[in-house]
Amino acid sequence: MAIVRLRAPLSELAGGHRELELDGATVGEVLRALERQHPDVKGWILDERGLIREHINVFVNRDYGREDTAVGAQDRLHVLPAISGG
Amino acid sequence: MTELLVGTKKGLFVLKGKVGGPFEVTSRAFAGEPVEFATRDPRTGRTYACVTSAFYGPKVFYTDDLAGEWEQADGLELPEDAEKPLERLWTVVPAEDDGHLYAGGAPGVLFESRDGGATWELNKAFWEQPTRPEWSPGAGGMCMHSIATWPGDPSRIALAISAVGVWLSDDAGETWRHGNKGMYPRYIPEEAREDTITLCVHNMHRAPEQPERLFMQFHGGVYRSDDAGESWVSIADGLPSDFGFPMVLDPDDPDSAYVIPLVADLDRTTPEGRVRVYETRDAGASWIERGDGLPSDNAYLTILRQAFCGEGSGPKMGLYFGATSGDVFGSGDAGKSWFTAATKLPPVHSVRVA
Repeated sequence: MAIVRLRAPLSELAGGHRELELDGATVGEVLRALERQHPDVKGWILDERGLIREHINVFVNRDYGREDTAVGAQDRLHVLPAISGG
Repeated sequence: MTELLVGTKKGLFVLKGKVGGPFEVTSRAFAGEPVEFATRDPRTGRTYACVTSAFYGPKVFYTDDLAGEWEQADGLELPEDAEKPLERLWTVVPAEDDGHLYAGGAPGVLFESRDGGATWELNKAFWEQPTRPEWSPGAGGMCMHSIATWPGDPSRIALAISAVGVWLSDDAGETWRHGNKGMYPRYIPEEAREDTITLCVHNMHRAPEQPERLFMQFHGGVYRSDDAGESWVSIADGLPSDFGFPMVLDPDDPDSAYVIPLVADLDRTTPEGRVRVYETRDAGASWIERGDGLPSDNAYLTILRQAFCGEGSGPKMGLYFGATSGDVFGSGDAGKSWFTAATKLPPVHSVRVA
């Protein structure tokens, strides 16, 4: 299982969990598993097309990940807002 | 006391005060997030906020208690095969039947709720318009900002989009047609103007007491329709500029409209450094400058399309508007005199009386 690390407000939407263990072979699958377990997260990280929102970064350990990036057991997924905004 | 819902670049501010001001900030929600629009449904007292996080996408939240918790509405999303995700939500408008609301957003989309705003569905007929691939956005995106219902008749709706013109339905949104005759888009070559659908409407309102009449602020033009939006005539003569964004009507006077002119599309500030509202009471035949109490020197403000609203009607009608400078101004006598309700807020996106 991968370890997903979240910050507020996503952690609040995930029932207050800042860290969760979730199944999935890719980043997209892990994030879909997160949505199934915590439906309030739906639409916040993945958009309606199933793509990571433009200004969200998902790291797999220390590398940028995309929806199809492979994820192994004990890999850490960090979901972070990008450096953008005004 | 008047309560204002002020959507800003950095959250929703609830202001409370009396005519003459200043108003107090009584609560703040969605701190740090852009709030494009907030409004209260007078039928239920429920308040809606369109929040567009730069990170987490556009959402609508609702509450029955401004000092309490907000709930996120469901269903405000595009089909999975859409080229792009939902970009922004610009307005929420009560419909004519109980529990029914409309929401307009970008890219040129209409949503409907039948349960007081808790869940929403995309209006498929509008989403599947065959000309959609030819549609062009304005500078703020392809925003559906104006939804004009017909008092007492849920079947008749008029929409306006920047920059895809006016759309009309007589069957509660099952089918749609253009209502674009008479608009004059200076930004299109003359030979292409007649057939273009790239029509940048900035704001559109229906006169409730005479519903076949609508008023429009265009991207270079101010218009009136007397045939329910099928065709439009210019009423811009007498204004210092025909460019601007917001518009308010006195709901009891179908000959009334208020606009806040800006210099032009390439200089979206108040003309000559003076903040002025213009009022017509003869359906646009003439305009009266209203500025007593508004900044008159070195005031180069920008007032956005949802940042102007009315309260009540007649000689004591309230008027409130906010600017990207963070200032909010008000009038308690239909624009004859003005006061400063608030200063130093974040850039103001929208103002509505709660």
